[in-house]
Amino acid sequence: MSVLRPLDKQPGLNTATILLVGTEDALLQQLADSMLKEDCASELRVHLARSLPLPSSVDRPRIDLIVFVVNLHSKYSLRNVEESLHHVDATFFLGKAAFLATGAGRESHCSVHRNTIVKLAHTYRSPLFFCDLEIEGFRATMAQRLVRMLQICAGHVPGVSALNLLSLLRSSETLAPEDL
Amino acid sequence: MDPYDTPESTPRHGASSRLKDYFIGATPLRKRLEAVRKQASFVPTPPRRKIPQCSQLQEDNDPQKFAFLLHKQWTLYSLTPLYKFSYTNLKEYSRLLSAFIAAEKQKGLAVEVGEDFNIKVTFSTLLGMKGTQRDPEAFLVQILSKSQLPSENRGQKVLWTGWFCCVFGDSLLETVPEDFTCVPLFLANGAETNTAIVGTWFQETFDCHFSSLAINAFNLSWMAAMWTACKMDQYMATTEFLWSVPCSPQSLDISYAIHPEDAKALWDSVHKTPGEVTQEEVDLFMDCLYSHFHRHFKIHLSATRLVRVSTSVASAHTDGKIKILCHKYLIGILAYLTELAIFQID
Repeated sequence: MSVLRPLDKQPGLNTATILLVGTEDALLQQLADSMLKEDCASELRVHLARSLPLPSSVDRPRIDLIVFVVNLHSKYSLRNVEESLHHVDATFFLGKAAFLATGAGRESHCSVHRNTIVKLAHTYRSPLFFCDLEIEGFRATMAQRLVRMLQICAGHVPGVSALNLLSLLRSSETLAPEDL
Repeated sequence: MDPYDTPESTPRHGASSRLKDYFIGATPLRKRLEAVRKQASFVPTPPRRKIPQCSQLQEDNDPQKFAFLLHKQWTLYSLTPLYKFSYTNLKEYSRLLSAFIAAEKQKGLAVEVGEDFNIKVTFSTLLGMKGTQRDPEAFLVQILSKSQLPSENRGQKVLWTGWFCCVFGDSLLETVPEDFTCVPLFLANGAETNTAIVGTWFQETFDCHFSSLAINAFNLSWMAAMWTACKMDQYMATTEFLWSVPCSPQSLDISYAIHPEDAKALWDSVHKTPGEVTQEEVDLFMDCLYSHFHRHFKIHLSATRLVRVSTSVASAHTDGKIKILCHKYLIGILAYLTELAIFQID
């Protein structure tokens, strides 16, 4: 099947799976390593993919959270993510998808404008994180955040659901960029 | 929404209206804070920009006047507003600056072998180098060497040139109090040591701050599109792009040269709205170049970093170096650079 759906498989016992989609292989690998280092009550699984659709021949667990990683230095990574978004079912965007933009710190190297990615995240109603994955400290913090978010999306945190979290995150944005 | 929102047109004359301003809060500082707050909520990218045309002010001037600015490589800096700078004191400033330079050179901080210390500094205004009437006049600083021999008196060698200008700087001009002169764009040509000395003098005298203006790949692609869009009678140079591929151990450079007429033809096929350039058109123009390159070489240029753009109108490098080749579009080029400088100051 070419479209990823959030509820098409049974959840694993105490397992939470995250899928990182992006062209920057080295950065994704480092982020995955940072995430796996975190202490977490649930069993974490991190899947990495360059782009979607994923090959259907592989047997994989249910995916609880998809993070699309865009490198602001490369327009190619943005195009890749835009194309991959077509292969994700709309129900994923009810809190189980997020965007991560890296490389905003080095303004002189940016070829994608910040507004472009903000607009993309707004169109898909999903949270957007800015994090320079190349820097160890920022990456560790981001990994922590993603692990907490993953636990919520997998349903391992009682009382909070993915949709709940999404509406909490969204209320902190005071200005909707309508005139973009 | 904001209880301190004030109408723009509050006149600032007379003590009574000053008092009113204090209560209403239309001080330039507050206007500045509001402008910055608006910008901080989302970074503006104008989805459309005017194609640089000859401005009214420039058409009255003789193109030969600015000929000395063309075909030279300028290093770009952004400059915060100057405090208590006056256009009537230019002679005084040139005297002070030459004394300062002589003192610095005596200190041995910038010793160049074989140079006599007879240096003359001139300050002059460049009339017509502005976008609207509100823009402050551009001015030029030159360091000339005075030769010892009387026979060579007429030929004074220019050692260093720097000029300050502000073209269509309305967004900055509105928010700055009266004592400040806004010339956010500074271009320098000549030895780096001289640039540093002049910069130090300006910073000490007018309480301003210089920072070098880097141009990122996003802005370079805008420049490429805008300059390709300019109508030229004859093309002096090929349109050339340079990309830097991030790989180890050394980065590779990819250079892509196009015949300028082909580039213009491509732009014309992409361009829809007359007189304006939109973000979609720029993206489409660059995507056409990328896909053409990919078809031939199977390399995704969009994953690399655009480092240099060179057209018949001007050429720009990401380190903040620019060379202007055509006087017709000088104002348009300066307007875009002023916008980048103002954005960096903010």
